[in-house]
Amino acid sequence: MNDLIKKLVEAYGPSGFEDQMRALIRPEIEPYVDEIRVDPMGNLIGYKKGTGGGLKVMIAAHMDEIGLMVTHITREGFLRFTSIGGVNPQTLLGNRVQFADGITGVVYSDRNTNRSTVFGLEKHYIDVGAADRESCPVPVGAAAGFAREMLVQGERLISKAMDDRIGCVVAIETLKKLGDSPHELYFVFSVQEEVGVRGAQAAANAIHPDVGIALDVTLTGDMHEGVEMAVRLGDGPAIKAKDSGMIAHTGLVQLMKKRAEETGIPYQIEVLTGGSTDARAMQIAGPGCAAGCLSIPCRYVHSQSETVDRRDVEGCVALLTEILRHPIDL
Amino acid sequence: MNELLKQLSEAVGVSGQETDVRLMIKDLIAPHVDEWQVDPMGNLIAIKKGTGAVDLRVMVDAHMDEVGLMVTAVETNGTFKFAPVGGFDDRALLGKVVQVGSKRVPGVIGCQPIHLATTSERQKIVPRSSMRIDIGSADKDGGKGKVAVGDRAAFLTPYEELGRVALGKAFDDRAGCAILIELLRQPPYPFDLVATFTVQEEVGLRGAQAAAFRVQPDVAFILDCTPAYDLPVPPHVDESPNVHLGRGPAVYVMDRSSIQDPRLVSYLLRTAAENDLRVQVRRPGGGGTNTGSIQRTAGGSAVATVSLPGRYLHAPCSMIDLDDYDHMRRLLEAALRGLTPAVLNRES
Repeated sequence: MNDLIKKLVEAYGPSGFEDQMRALIRPEIEPYVDEIRVDPMGNLIGYKKGTGGGLKVMIAAHMDEIGLMVTHITREGFLRFTSIGGVNPQTLLGNRVQFADGITGVVYSDRNTNRSTVFGLEKHYIDVGAADRESCPVPVGAAAGFAREMLVQGERLISKAMDDRIGCVVAIETLKKLGDSPHELYFVFSVQEEVGVRGAQAAANAIHPDVGIALDVTLTGDMHEGVEMAVRLGDGPAIKAKDSGMIAHTGLVQLMKKRAEETGIPYQIEVLTGGSTDARAMQIAGPGCAAGCLSIPCRYVHSQSETVDRRDVEGCVALLTEILRHPIDL
Repeated sequence: MNELLKQLSEAVGVSGQETDVRLMIKDLIAPHVDEWQVDPMGNLIAIKKGTGAVDLRVMVDAHMDEVGLMVTAVETNGTFKFAPVGGFDDRALLGKVVQVGSKRVPGVIGCQPIHLATTSERQKIVPRSSMRIDIGSADKDGGKGKVAVGDRAAFLTPYEELGRVALGKAFDDRAGCAILIELLRQPPYPFDLVATFTVQEEVGLRGAQAAAFRVQPDVAFILDCTPAYDLPVPPHVDESPNVHLGRGPAVYVMDRSSIQDPRLVSYLLRTAAENDLRVQVRRPGGGGTNTGSIQRTAGGSAVATVSLPGRYLHAPCSMIDLDDYDHMRRLLEAALRGLTPAVLNRES
């Protein structure tokens, strides 16, 4: 599994520019689905037929990651930028980014004489080694993702894009393990989640699922002076009760808990006070559906060192597999 | 004189009350389309049948509504309180002439004469809540039969041309409407072209959401107007304005409401180059257009946004460049004529 994780988390794919991600994921799922298609927004949708008597279930994990987009090239050849999704300026100084064509750059800021303040994005720039504006190889409108190799630290896996490539891994690994399911399954590898759950909205509008399950990372409350939250790294996948964009279907939450308890998979209940997932889009798209989310606990979300625990990932795969193998009685 | 632009710019259609504009556009396009309908929200949706050479469902959108004001109360002295409809800078309102209600009663947003203002008063920004529309009534009943609570008010600005620029109100987005009308006047395209003249964009991209749900396009081009704040800056300032007036239509890559389809962005830039048309990339960042609604409706669609640069938008008098207008019209026509499913091929 680590090879697959490494391959996906190191790839390029800011929101709106997920082509390379799709190319990596498609061959992984192709042997395990009956049909595969790419919708107009770029969502990759794998359909797996059910054995009958089940529901129409959409599973969504997003392929995109946060990134930067060039807004202006200075006379000296530096690239000013804006964010794609929620980029914290504190994570930028000295970091490296990559563009779709492989060009890499270093992010730095204008001189800050007051060290107790952090500059906004507008005072930062990307240096791609250009001598001046005319010779700059990157145009305005180009999108950059962060560049960072995955680090394995015992059970901990650390990367710039666990959010949400690790969700994609859970979806892929579940498909591989699953075998027969009574349900009509739509595995959606969605686009543009980080800019407002946009891809999943279009996909759910077309699919009209009965049940929608998002796979995404969530924050943890186990750091010194971190957010107050009863989710810890390594304590198992988190069953989302609520976040700031969605209240999970209570019947689905009960069912998720029941399946975890039956099979002895450790789990946690998640209440996230800030942020949301593709489940929000699925819940209110078209005629609406019973929506929920299985979360992979993750430290340092939206930094270049997003940290997950391998056991949580495996637990998430096991739990999703159990849920999909059995009837979903809401 | 561009009579089409003049007519559309001087028409009144504040968000939610676009009837006059819709009737005008319906008459202008009727001879050039095969079907048209008005949906429940008030969007005008027209189909121009194509030759059938290309199997794509293509939508081109421009919004009919403009920003304006709504009368909320009558004061005892006969003046009117108002609320904004759409986004305004309060500073652009004071002392301006407006037309109120369906009878287009002229009025002025009154202001304190400078003669009577103390030094400290002159340094303050007057909040909108202290402004009133004055139509010259003597008392509370003076405006009866002319202006009622709920009436909308629009700026009163005649259209004028000064060489290659045009001055007027509501170019956002009547200029887009004018270009869309001109596109409909051309010979048939290789596919059925669905034109949507939408309502309520300025209050949250609302009409387009309903329209796109009905049309369910494969591809959508959204025509709008975007602020050109390209005035001179000191030499040490090294940053891009949103767009420049006179450098051609602006193609979007990303704004707050949407990330454009990269295949269509490169197609538009390529088409402009091949046809020797001016084009500029709008600085990625804030702002939003109907694209945000259209892209994710139904099963989603491939979207591209092209805007006409306009100075002083959402104010009484905006300015556009007529060459930009012309290049935008030609860019869209060329892009529509050359559009094939191959443009939408994906490598993965």
